Amino acid sequence: MTERKIRVIIAKPGLDGHDRGAKVVARALRDAGMEVIYTGLRQTPEMIAEAALQEDADVVGLSILSGAHMALAPRVLELLKANGQGHVKVFIGGIIPDEDIPRLLEMGVIGVYGPGALSDTYINDIRKAVLGSPVV
Amino acid sequence: MTLAASVLAGDRLALARVLSLIENDTAEGRAALTDLFPYTGHAHLVGVTGAPGTGKSTLVNQLVRHLRQTPEQDISPRVAVVAVDPSSPFTGGAILGDRVRMRDLSGDTGVFIRSMATRGSLGGLAKATADVVQVFDAAGYQVIFIETVGAGQSEVDIARLAHTTLVVEAPGLGDDIQAIKAGLLEIGDILVVNKADRPGVEETERALRGMLRLAKPASDRRAWVPPIHLTIATDGTGIAELINEITRHRAFLHQSGGWERRDQYRLQSELDAILRDALVSRWRKTVSESRYQEVLYKLVERRLSPHQAVSLLLDGGESE
Repeated sequence: MTERKIRVIIAKPGLDGHDRGAKVVARALRDAGMEVIYTGLRQTPEMIAEAALQEDADVVGLSILSGAHMALAPRVLELLKANGQGHVKVFIGGIIPDEDIPRLLEMGVIGVYGPGALSDTYINDIRKAVLGSPVV
Repeated sequence: MTLAASVLAGDRLALARVLSLIENDTAEGRAALTDLFPYTGHAHLVGVTGAPGTGKSTLVNQLVRHLRQTPEQDISPRVAVVAVDPSSPFTGGAILGDRVRMRDLSGDTGVFIRSMATRGSLGGLAKATADVVQVFDAAGYQVIFIETVGAGQSEVDIARLAHTTLVVEAPGLGDDIQAIKAGLLEIGDILVVNKADRPGVEETERALRGMLRLAKPASDRRAWVPPIHLTIATDGTGIAELINEITRHRAFLHQSGGWERRDQYRLQSELDAILRDALVSRWRKTVSESRYQEVLYKLVERRLSPHQAVSLLLDGGESE
């Protein structure tokens, strides 16, 4: 039986221009059978929420290396909720200090992944969060 | 309120949800489409096809921007964009990257962009694309751009779906006759040479004109001769003229009866495709798996030809 396709938005909010990591993640998710809507650089939280709505995304992945995660993440979560998309799972990749991780998880972010994260880790976390189980 | 009613009332979340239900081939999606179908038939469907790297998405971005910012009679049409990208045949996943080129359109609530993966379909569109377009039509989007995968010669699906098909070329892509191969040139209502600031644009245009003359001999009574437009999508050159051409083609279709003909052709193609799938699916349920395997075994043993195998399955009869 084919599992349903998981649709993921990959976005870089804010002004940071380093997108190699985001592209690596996008490819890994594609190779795991997901449909990845890559929205690119300089996205505002409003643009990200709008894309999530139009694409009926299951997941939003934010790539943040600028340090602005404590401002950007809650804003995205808030906008998703306001649009009736509170069920959308948000994960963050990039440079996030350890001490900020608990607060982000409390806010509703499902996972925070630093530069060394293995793709299997976030792929399984996403599958578990969206489908209820980590493997097909 | 039913999903369909919400869509008709302008609820964008409901619209996004219905599109997913249809993409996933659910009964709920089909029910919503049944409710919405009476409201279809008004939108101008504009297909955009051409090889990868010709700048289709950037072009669509500019066309939509122009439509939204320079309204006829003070009313900008609501515009939808369906952007199709290929699914990996190995993993089933996809990178849907057309949206990246359309950032200018964000924030405009009169524009809706939806990315679709082909999920195994081969003709340049996904199986559900036609239905997704119908939902946008019913929801009141007056112009719907459908951007195909852009693999080249196999891009024939779009001709069955769109009223107006743009074939996009670009100079210096290595193969001057990409669009000219049988199929693509014949489906183009408007030919666009994008990236017209690149070297080789005159050769490309000349080659297209030459092939057009060959492809459409004088005996062809069609009154529409596909014009060639030069554009530079990145700076907006040629966009206003291209919009005018698209509008002219729509008027031509209405005036020549082509609109109704294409509508009929599209619906007939869809009917036949769904009928084929449904018939096979239903028939398959009437044949036991063991019977099927028995006939297959004989075929593999070369005791039967494939055509004999089909006759045996369809018409029954004693197995030898």
